[in-house]
Amino acid sequence: MTGAGMTGSGMTTSVNTELQELAESVFGDAASSDTGFDAGLWRTLEETGLARLTLPADAGGSEGTFEDAAVVLAAAGAHAARVPLVETDLLGGWLLHAAGVPLPDGPLTAVAGRLEVDGTTVRGELPRVPWARDSAGVAVLTGAHVVLLDPRAAGITEGTNLAEEPRDTVAVAGPAVAVVAAPDSVAAELRLRAALGRALLLAGAARGALAAGVRYAGERVQFGRPIGRFQAVQQQLALAAGEVAAASAAASAAARVAADVGFAAPATRLAVAAAKSRAGEAAGAVARIVHQVHGAIGFTREHDLRLWTTRLWAWREEDGSDAEWNTDLGATVLAAGPAGLWPLITG
Amino acid sequence: MTATLHRLPDLVPPPIELPPRTSALRAEVRAFLAEEQAAGLWTPRADVWLSGWDERFSRELGQRGWLGMTIPKEYGGHGASALDRYVVTEELLAAGAPVAAHWIADRQIGPTLLRFGTEEQRQRFLPGIARGEVYFGIGMSEPDAGSDLAAVRTRAERVDGGWELTGTKVWTSGAHHAHAFFALARSAPRDEQHRHAGLSQFIVLLDAPGVQIRPIPLLTGAHHFNEVVFDRVFVPDGMVLGEVGAGWKQVTSELAFERSGPERFLSTFPLLVALVGELAGTTGAEREIGGLVARLWTLRRMSLAVAGSLESGEAPELAAAVVKELGTRYENEVIDVARLLVAVPPDPGAESGFARLLADAVLHAPGFTLRGGTNEVLRGIVARGLGLR
Ligand SMILES: Cc1cc2nc3c(=O)[nH]c(=O)nc-3n(C[C@H](O)[C@H](O)[C@H](O)COP(=O)(O)OP(=O)(O)OC[C@H]3O[C@@H](n4cnc5c(N)ncnc54)[C@H](O)[C@@H]3O)c2cc1C
Repeated sequence: MTGAGMTGSGMTTSVNTELQELAESVFGDAASSDTGFDAGLWRTLEETGLARLTLPADAGGSEGTFEDAAVVLAAAGAHAARVPLVETDLLGGWLLHAAGVPLPDGPLTAVAGRLEVDGTTVRGELPRVPWARDSAGVAVLTGAHVVLLDPRAAGITEGTNLAEEPRDTVAVAGPAVAVVAAPDSVAAELRLRAALGRALLLAGAARGALAAGVRYAGERVQFGRPIGRFQAVQQQLALAAGEVAAASAAASAAARVAADVGFAAPATRLAVAAAKSRAGEAAGAVARIVHQVHGAIGFTREHDLRLWTTRLWAWREEDGSDAEWNTDLGATVLAAGPAGLWPLITG
Repeated sequence: MTATLHRLPDLVPPPIELPPRTSALRAEVRAFLAEEQAAGLWTPRADVWLSGWDERFSRELGQRGWLGMTIPKEYGGHGASALDRYVVTEELLAAGAPVAAHWIADRQIGPTLLRFGTEEQRQRFLPGIARGEVYFGIGMSEPDAGSDLAAVRTRAERVDGGWELTGTKVWTSGAHHAHAFFALARSAPRDEQHRHAGLSQFIVLLDAPGVQIRPIPLLTGAHHFNEVVFDRVFVPDGMVLGEVGAGWKQVTSELAFERSGPERFLSTFPLLVALVGELAGTTGAEREIGGLVARLWTLRRMSLAVAGSLESGEAPELAAAVVKELGTRYENEVIDVARLLVAVPPDPGAESGFARLLADAVLHAPGFTLRGGTNEVLRGIVARGLGLR
């Protein structure tokens, strides 16, 4: 374990406070108005052991829990960090390690997609791969295989999401770095991990947006007083605060459930579905309110508000939109019937 | 972008898990409720904690040890944790069981007497509360003091051996059945500079001479609310609650218990169950049902987090306001979605079922976002927490 001084799993609450302070300072120092991969921040994350927080030591990880990851990802979202943290730690690193493939150094990404596999030769196209151009390895879950690709040996067509984060198309036709049989049930877990990571980032970004709104309301003067002194503005920001609270509570509670009972448990699937959906709902409401509070200036590129709001709009659709997770959840509820609803919720 | 993010207060305490021992308790309560329902002793209703007055049921809960759970044994309680109590109350509400008779006594009066009451007051009231036999009301609101509680005008005048109360309380839930209530009154003249000073709380027996209780029917015509008029009602010194002049502080600490509980998002849960019953086996409504369940799951986690924080001795006033504001709006959303998905006219005359639950829920809905502090006032508390006022 490196710099952060964390040992073993099952970190206590007091260590979480330390971790929270570390994360706030690391991401806070890196905050900027740019877009694109932040190589300096990534180096710091590697040095502090945050880049592979939840991975086992033999995969270069810090053996943190999902609750630790929740703390770090919420801070990453709040400071609009430009790094593939979820992709490296929760998804790519985990998938490769689970499949017994040695992890390349550096940032990773992961995707579930369709590739033709013939021995160690793979062929196909993977759309919207997060951070592919900046990663040292692309972990692909494709049918019965886990495949590791070297992005430098693949064809990359650059694309972005609404927040100008890389979402590239990766085309391959040739030998992969590794092709192994996929362990059982990784597909379901990969989907849940991605949604949980995204929900945590969303909750963080929602907090960042609210913080910007509250600060602006205290600074901007109209009619001779800061606009935050007007009850109409206060009520709007209070509503946004409720949404932020809901997103944070849902995402961190889902992380806690996952840490406690594992990803195979039905309770985790329900929790992650609820968290992603609730965080997505909050994203829209918070973005709408903070833009309203900022007036025209927030609608400009020169203002940083966009760093949070474009992430909120982008991330709510990624790793399963609220609509998709609600449908998943609703199907579970309707299958359980009226007598099953309450036991599902208290599960 | 400046490197430091504007500091926000903690809007919600960290998540908690219920201790494993609560599973057995939950199963026991659930089995008991199923038995009672199967025996036809009551039918699930919406908004039961306001309208489900059933003294037999309350006594039955008392016998089983499910009331006054957090009251120490020496006062007839069970010395259990707030989280054990949480599990019992959420099971009761989710089942739509008739809990109104003991609700305020169990939720608010017990903890407040423990905190501010004298030894004599505790011995006098707590055992009966834990048995489900002694019922209380809350006398805060007045005709000119609703959201602005510091404006109460009921006067308490010093007399020999106690105080004399004169004034009018309104919207007092259950006063016509209850044995006593906590009345907030002005014990010193109003001082515009210190509006919260000079208020005191009194335990008023509702059969005391000079107390008049008049029904104020709800818009359904049902009788839950009352006007309580005091005409020089004598309250002995022994029935002053806490410190004379500290009423404001006491009342606001009471509100933290009141605001974040599961009753703030489960009032329409029986309707949601009926909705799932209507739709089970069909397709096409998964998304809407899932949306409601995602919000409900989240609210429960938030409410539990506040309960965990209360349990560890904190008073998370801001988080409690957030939970209540979101929760009571959610109670309304359940109605909106139910209406959109199932085209059945609400029927207040039906014995049970979707149409009846929908009728109850629609007619009770205006109260959700008013009682216990309106949503506008709660948002004001949140805005203050954010540093905006
Ligand atoms: C079902 C139910 C049960 C109740 N039970 C009890 C009980 O047992 N005991 C008891 O003491 N009281 C009880 N109440 C009263 C309840 O606490 C009050 O209704 C509530 O505090 C609001 O006061 P009000 O009705 O006088 O409305 P008002 O205070 O007159 O408010 C009217 C409207 O103006 C808004 N408003 C007022 N001030 C502000 C402000 N500063 N900023 C923004 N908006 C504002 C309010 O939000 C509301 O929308 C109950 C109420 C209900 C509905």
